[in-house]
Amino acid sequence: MGKRMRDDEEDAGEVALRKAGMKLPSNIKNKHKRSAEYAKVRAEKIKEKKQRIKARDTAERQAVELGETPPPRQVPKTIENTREADETVAQPDDEELQVDDGVDEFSGHFARAQMPKLLITTSQECSSPTRKFIKELLTVIPNATFYKRGSYDLKQIVKFAKNRDFTTMFVVNENRKQPNGLLMIALPEGPTAHFKLSSIKLSKKIKGHGKPTSHMPELLLNNFTTRLGHRVGRLFASVFPQDPQFRGRRAVTFHNQRDFIFFRHHRYIFEEKEIKELAPVTIGVNSDKKSRKAAPKTVKKNAVVARLQECGPRFTLKLQSLQSGTFDSKYGEYEWVHKPDMDTSRRRFFL
Amino acid sequence: MQSDEVVWQVINHVHCSFKAKMQTQNFCRNEYNVTGLCNRSSCPLANSRYSTIREIDGTLYLYMKSIERSHSPKDLWERVKLPRNYGKALETIDKHLEHWPKFLVHKNKQRLTKMTQYLIRMRKLALKTKRKLVTMPAKEVKREKRREAKALTAAVLDKSIEKELLQRLQSGTYGDIYNFPVKEYEKVLAMEEMEPAGEESEEEEEEPEVEYVEGYEMEDEDEDDAIEDFAQGANRMSDSEDDDGEQSHDESDASEDEDMQPSRQSRKAPKSLKVPSKRGQVDPTPASRKKRRPHVEIEYEEEREMQNADF
Repeated sequence: MGKRMRDDEEDAGEVALRKAGMKLPSNIKNKHKRSAEYAKVRAEKIKEKKQRIKARDTAERQAVELGETPPPRQVPKTIENTREADETVAQPDDEELQVDDGVDEFSGHFARAQMPKLLITTSQECSSPTRKFIKELLTVIPNATFYKRGSYDLKQIVKFAKNRDFTTMFVVNENRKQPNGLLMIALPEGPTAHFKLSSIKLSKKIKGHGKPTSHMPELLLNNFTTRLGHRVGRLFASVFPQDPQFRGRRAVTFHNQRDFIFFRHHRYIFEEKEIKELAPVTIGVNSDKKSRKAAPKTVKKNAVVARLQECGPRFTLKLQSLQSGTFDSKYGEYEWVHKPDMDTSRRRFFL
Repeated sequence: MQSDEVVWQVINHVHCSFKAKMQTQNFCRNEYNVTGLCNRSSCPLANSRYSTIREIDGTLYLYMKSIERSHSPKDLWERVKLPRNYGKALETIDKHLEHWPKFLVHKNKQRLTKMTQYLIRMRKLALKTKRKLVTMPAKEVKREKRREAKALTAAVLDKSIEKELLQRLQSGTYGDIYNFPVKEYEKVLAMEEMEPAGEESEEEEEEPEVEYVEGYEMEDEDEDDAIEDFAQGANRMSDSEDDDGEQSHDESDASEDEDMQPSRQSRKAPKSLKVPSKRGQVDPTPASRKKRRPHVEIEYEEEREMQNADF
């Protein structure tokens, strides 16, 4: 028999099977019999799993009855909690970060030295979907103006904007009549961020949308963990004024999830509401079946709830590149550039 | 001169590699052709005395061929560099082609004019900014779309935003605007182990500083939520996908709530607010949790346990 029969890469289970004289399912040539074997293996696995779950549940129940803490439950793996460890994750107590924040390009804005002023323009072509999108952007962002592109170079426009004291510049890029890119240039000598723009939904298409007021909005920046993310978050924050009017109850959110930044614009309200809740179960007391059945399952409680009404556009951004200094694609210094081989790992994110 | 005629007869009627036949006209692909057309007088092969202008790397050269050198192909073409000044170049052509047939002189000057014009245009264009065209491989476009959709479901946006707002309310960033009694915050309090009042920075620079805190708390939040949801959904779902569990639980909650409060428009109590009360205490037993499921589930309860026992 010898070499042909033996596979080089046998795992422990297969070795055991061979030694026990049982045939591997994959070695059975007859398809019907082979699939029957596999079905048996699957049924075994399902049975084992059910038994495991049952055992775990009974162990928990017993522990609760006895008054001990039940054994801890397993944590399911999500992409977020199996994310590849990133050494650039910004720690809240990082001194270096705080020092950097004090001297970076946005420190002036955060020190409330100036009110942000936004210039929005497009690429050379500007079709009506792009115009509609920009119109909505103008309602969301306070103190923003739209200028037609003309035939000026971006570097020239940057110069003009600086002369007129703008603090940020947006260039909405278009492809086949649909906006597909957003170039954010922070103005005095700020970084230039290029984003891919996708999933644009205008307010008219949003069901139950609200009309925004002209109060200064609150800004929510969620999940910007790494240093790069922190920088991008500050870039977003520099577009909005630093003095939100809470009475206006307007919230603008940039939520980062797996390197996709979701933009939402809501009006919110806090309310008191009665909600039903699980009755608290005290360990050791009244835990036997009889008294458990007698006790009420749910308890009504008053809670403060936040309710949202969406207004304004929603869109998704994905960072393509971050260049320090104003727009200079040939000679600029890029802090971060997206390369295709960054996409290979499904657990690695950069923001 | 005689051999020229023979050459032309052969080339024209039999076969010429450089000839490009079009519906209206014949073109000549030979690099040394002055006009670019296939003619008796324009053919560089069928004329022993011939001249052209060629451009190499932006400079123009006058090439001349004569009978005297026709026996050695290596030295056949004499090359003269033309000055960059258009007027001076014209004079140079006149000088070198002084007693040559008018046809050739004329055509050479025409060619010079055209070439200088297009070179000027090329230089002007190089000064302008060129737009870069980027390819978008279909595979990558599809992949991005897929990932974005999954990230959106993982984000649970409405809930995260509501949570964040409630946190801000709890931490007092809104000051005196709202007047909710403190005991109703206990839910929010129970949600996380927040530092009580130590966030002075929050008042002043809310956005940048709060960022970190929120980010971390957020991540913990989502994880814990995920655990709870999974735990509740484990017995029901054969597929242990986290998102599925969470989503279907959401739906079941939604249906429950809507049953109770039909007047409410589209908002349901965020599930996150239900969860915290359990966190402080021990999880109730699976049996009682099963009973609290939407009514459909309760019916099955006994049966399912029997089924389990069968295996």
